[in-house]
Amino acid sequence: MITSGHELLELCEKENKSISEVVIEDQIKALGLTREELFEKMRVNLNVMKRAAKLAVEEDIKSVSGLLDGDAKRINERNLKGDTICGDRINRAMTRALSCLEVNSSMGRIVAAPTAGSCGILPAVLITVAETNNSSEENMIKALFTASAVGGIIAHNATVSGAEGGCQAECGSASAMAAAAAVELSHGSPEMSLDAAAITLKCVLGLVCDPVAGLVESPCAKRNAMGAVNAMAAADMALSGIKSIIPFDEMVMAMYKVGRSMPCELKETALGGTAATPTAIEISKKIFGKD
Amino acid sequence: MNKNYSAFDIIGPVMIGPSSSHTAGAVRLGKAAAAIAGSDVEKVTFFLHGSFAKTYKGHGTDKALLAGVLGMETYDENIKYSFRIADEANLKYEFVETDLGDVHPNTVKFLFKKKNGDELSVTGSSIGGGSILITEVEGEEVEFTGDFPTIITSHYDRPGIITQVTSILSGMGVNIAFMKVFRTTRGDKASMVVETDSPVPKEALDLISKIDNIIKVKIINPV
Ligand code: SF4
Repeated sequence: MITSGHELLELCEKENKSISEVVIEDQIKALGLTREELFEKMRVNLNVMKRAAKLAVEEDIKSVSGLLDGDAKRINERNLKGDTICGDRINRAMTRALSCLEVNSSMGRIVAAPTAGSCGILPAVLITVAETNNSSEENMIKALFTASAVGGIIAHNATVSGAEGGCQAECGSASAMAAAAAVELSHGSPEMSLDAAAITLKCVLGLVCDPVAGLVESPCAKRNAMGAVNAMAAADMALSGIKSIIPFDEMVMAMYKVGRSMPCELKETALGGTAATPTAIEISKKIFGKD
Repeated sequence: MNKNYSAFDIIGPVMIGPSSSHTAGAVRLGKAAAAIAGSDVEKVTFFLHGSFAKTYKGHGTDKALLAGVLGMETYDENIKYSFRIADEANLKYEFVETDLGDVHPNTVKFLFKKKNGDELSVTGSSIGGGSILITEVEGEEVEFTGDFPTIITSHYDRPGIITQVTSILSGMGVNIAFMKVFRTTRGDKASMVVETDSPVPKEALDLISKIDNIIKVKIINPV
């Protein structure tokens, strides 16, 4: 397994290969699968992602708690009228991210990427960028391997769990993964992918995990929508040649240290941040019928 | 941190939301408990402890536990309809919030009532990421994960029983992955939990059940 961004870039440079190619070869060895088997496994994930990214637009979906209800449809309908501030592409990405979260919270099927709470970011960015670039399914699968490398490096050196590192570790990692994938899908270099991932992490540093009523719904759904936007913005910066002044590996460590120093009230316990607001406490009482 | 992750640890698993410990873990607990309970169950009462008791409504933990008892897989999209499916199958169910003492926060105790009036309890915890630990069966302390084929015995604590069980298994080419022995406080009864690397043939089970001083033996397939 590749355990640092530095190592990953060295391999890419030495063998003159894309990140996905290096990762695919590494995983063929690590998992003892053929290239076809490896792709087939990832294709299953891609198909579940594609479905989750549109299901809440096509069907009426309500979360178990009732907290999430039709936001993917709302943003999609407005976007179809064509008068959005952020434009069609960003709105499509946000629709997809919200859809995944709505599917997740209604006990529907999703792919953890890297976690269930952040399951909307990577599909939203991947599908939206692929749609824009007319990318093949094969290239989308490759981009998922690129994303997995970024996530794997973060998980190895830091954490991707909200309980351990806050939302910066969960949605932040998903955004960094998505940014790297978006760059590769747009024919950027491996350096650009990791610059985009590093820029993404900078922009979420310190983000706390504070789910209302302890449910993976609010603010999670909106953080997924914003996480997708963050990834796309960082990818555009990197693709235009803007460098991350701090290398990816150092940003991963910075994120980890920030996560460590966060009090436990701000790490998934629903005792701080958004979860501790009077409105959130009211909502929690309503759902659970007690404190 | 510092563990090695494959591409599919990061992107995956395919799962039913909202969270692996409340959905996949709960489904697996239900499946394991139902396998221990066997057939002809009339009613299941779920005693929910800790954070399971506090948050099951919002997470759908109740639906997932019942879905597991009904035998659904962790990725089945019908999990959310488990109440209706249980009603149709004439399976009664009840959820009770309780305090099971000093146990993992995500713990549930199942009480199965069989059609012949027998009652049987199983306790287990969802320990994160969809992993589970079964900790009690019929009042006896046990410990297994449901990841492997698992043999559970109830027997009188006499010398030589363990060796007999292990030699039957090795004679049939079944490799033991983990093994633990528990002694109960009451009487001289003990239980043994053997997790194996490969499926356990029925003949092995029959032989084990014939060993002197073995009271009962069960096999739980991986969930
Ligand atoms: S707030 Fe917490 S639970 Fe919600 S997405 Fe972020 S890390 Fe996950």
